[in-house]
Amino acid sequence: MGTVLFELALTFYFAATIISIVDIFKGGKESSRLMLFITGAGFIIHSVSIIYRYIAAGHLPITSMHEASSFFAWCIVLIFFFLEYRYKIGIMGSFILPLVFILMLSSSVLPREIRPLSPVLQSYWLGIHTFLAFLGNASFAVACGIGIMYLLQEHYLKSKHLGDLFKRLPSLQVLDEINYKLITLGFPLLTLAIITGALWAESAWGSYWRWDPKEVWSLITWFIYALVLHVRLTAGWRGKRAAILSIIGFLAILFTFFGVNLLLKSLHAFS
Amino acid sequence: MKILVIGLNHKTANVEIREKLAFNGPKLEEGIFGLRRIPAVKEVAVLSTCNRVEIFTCANNTASAVDNIKNFLSDFHDMPRNDFEKSLYAHTDSGAIRHIFRVASSLDSMVVGEPQILGQLKDAFDFALSKKTTGVLLNKLMKKAISTAKRVRTETRIAENAVSISFAAVELAKKIFTDLSGKSFMLLGAGEMAELAARHIVNNGVTDVMVANRTYDRGCELAKEFNGKPVKFEDFLNELQRTDIIICSTGAPTYVLFKEQMQKVMKERKHKPVFIIDISVPRNIDPEINKIDNVYLYDVDDLQDVVDTNILERKKEAEKAEKIIDEEVEKFIKWMSSLDSVPTIVALRQKAEEIKNEELEKFKNKFPEIDEEKIKAVEYLATAIINKLVHPPTVALKEDTEDRDELIAMIKKLYGINGDENEE
Repeated sequence: MGTVLFELALTFYFAATIISIVDIFKGGKESSRLMLFITGAGFIIHSVSIIYRYIAAGHLPITSMHEASSFFAWCIVLIFFFLEYRYKIGIMGSFILPLVFILMLSSSVLPREIRPLSPVLQSYWLGIHTFLAFLGNASFAVACGIGIMYLLQEHYLKSKHLGDLFKRLPSLQVLDEINYKLITLGFPLLTLAIITGALWAESAWGSYWRWDPKEVWSLITWFIYALVLHVRLTAGWRGKRAAILSIIGFLAILFTFFGVNLLLKSLHAFS
Repeated sequence: MKILVIGLNHKTANVEIREKLAFNGPKLEEGIFGLRRIPAVKEVAVLSTCNRVEIFTCANNTASAVDNIKNFLSDFHDMPRNDFEKSLYAHTDSGAIRHIFRVASSLDSMVVGEPQILGQLKDAFDFALSKKTTGVLLNKLMKKAISTAKRVRTETRIAENAVSISFAAVELAKKIFTDLSGKSFMLLGAGEMAELAARHIVNNGVTDVMVANRTYDRGCELAKEFNGKPVKFEDFLNELQRTDIIICSTGAPTYVLFKEQMQKVMKERKHKPVFIIDISVPRNIDPEINKIDNVYLYDVDDLQDVVDTNILERKKEAEKAEKIIDEEVEKFIKWMSSLDSVPTIVALRQKAEEIKNEELEKFKNKFPEIDEEKIKAVEYLATAIINKLVHPPTVALKEDTEDRDELIAMIKKLYGINGDENEE
């Protein structure tokens, strides 16, 4: 049952991604609406599959790479819909859904069995810490997509190449505003995730900070986004520079998420 | 009954003729009533704008209606027929319907896709409606013209892109700033085209307006007009720090703003975006400035390119619009022909009743001995027979088939209905 729901959600996201990519080249209101509708359906099914797994496992399903990727994708779609509701930018899906699909696809090829949670990790911190971390990272992920949109629109305006996509992309001001809002949302979430992580580490392993690769990389990410906010407020690094920084920041997150688990040995590794 | 449109527009008539034939102010009411009094003309509405005069009518005999309307125009506007006759066009039937739909959808406009015409058409129709000079046919036609225009607007992107330099400037500004309210704007110099573009920017809600001109008095004048504040030309650089949009047209032979100066300004304003429109020829703003981050510089050629591509785009969209209009014209013609079948059905029934009554009279005269009750029975039989006979053609007439016009003609011929009593 859980598997079927997951596969169904994956299929819906796949269809929505295809539509969203076609939308870049030849789109309109109808295709945007269809994409939103399919994504919405996928999101509901995805949510049910996560709840299903939550009940089966007895804790937030986030303790294997399969679960984590899927949950990450879910958080991104959640933020995507929040933005879509607020700003109504149909074309935004084209820059965010592909990532959602890739996350879901990598989730689908990873082992899916529910393994018993090691006693050290059995704590209410699991839900709090990971949820904060994932939501924070998801807002940075969406900020990256918005950053790409900004760079594209910026390029069109500078080069005076004002085609169809230029017309459908929102204004630079809106994109910059969304980017800024997402980072101001993601940054405190990441901060709280690190703090709750430290508290949890103290109660589980006996020390707040152990220079574990995941911790280090999270700290690096935190510094990148702290820098993004800092230079924006002091030196006026908005627009293009903020967009580039938010893309770099997200690359660091991707490394924290995948790279650390695959390449480095970490306490956070899903064993 | 046929729909007939007589009119002229910017393509067929020069402004002199358009002026003279226009129905302005009180002339509109007089004109409508005058036209309505022409015996051949059954319904009237008049659309009169600076680019066109259109007389929408219904008539049975279109040739005489056209002739009478031309005479009326000549009398009414005090102008010999020869002077304007060549500028007039007359469309009937599907041609007329198509013409009205195209006018409403702004496909016939000077600037294809401009939206004002639909409002003008609505007003013209509302006016005729209030004067009760229209009837079933024109009312329906106008409603359909309006809904067709709306369909064209939602299903094509004909009106989406700016096709003048001023509008293109506003459109671009909105792609940088979303909306212009709360933004500050500086007009640098006072060329005519710059003034026009500035007016568009100001009309779009810019709150803070500054005018810097070499002759300070002229600058003050313009500033007053835009509800802004005059700035001495030598001081304009100091104000740039708080300016989001600049339109420049100074007539100076060299650049008045250089890259290094602008770089400094950008630093001062913490790199908040700036949109600069340089309408001057030769250019007054160093083109290198476009390379600075968050500065967007467009010169007059850039804007013209935007306009040219948009015009091309509109032409493509106009083709889609023509298809929509084809569909709507076809629907309307169908509706019109359904009107025709009703009088034929009525006439057919009447004819049958007539025959029945006639034959009953003859029967009574021939057999006077038959009593009232038996006559009733015979009458019942006769009614049943004519009902049975009339039923199939009635059904056929009500059916929506392609060859209904022929069918109507054929039934009229077969049953000897010389309908069209109300036609001349």
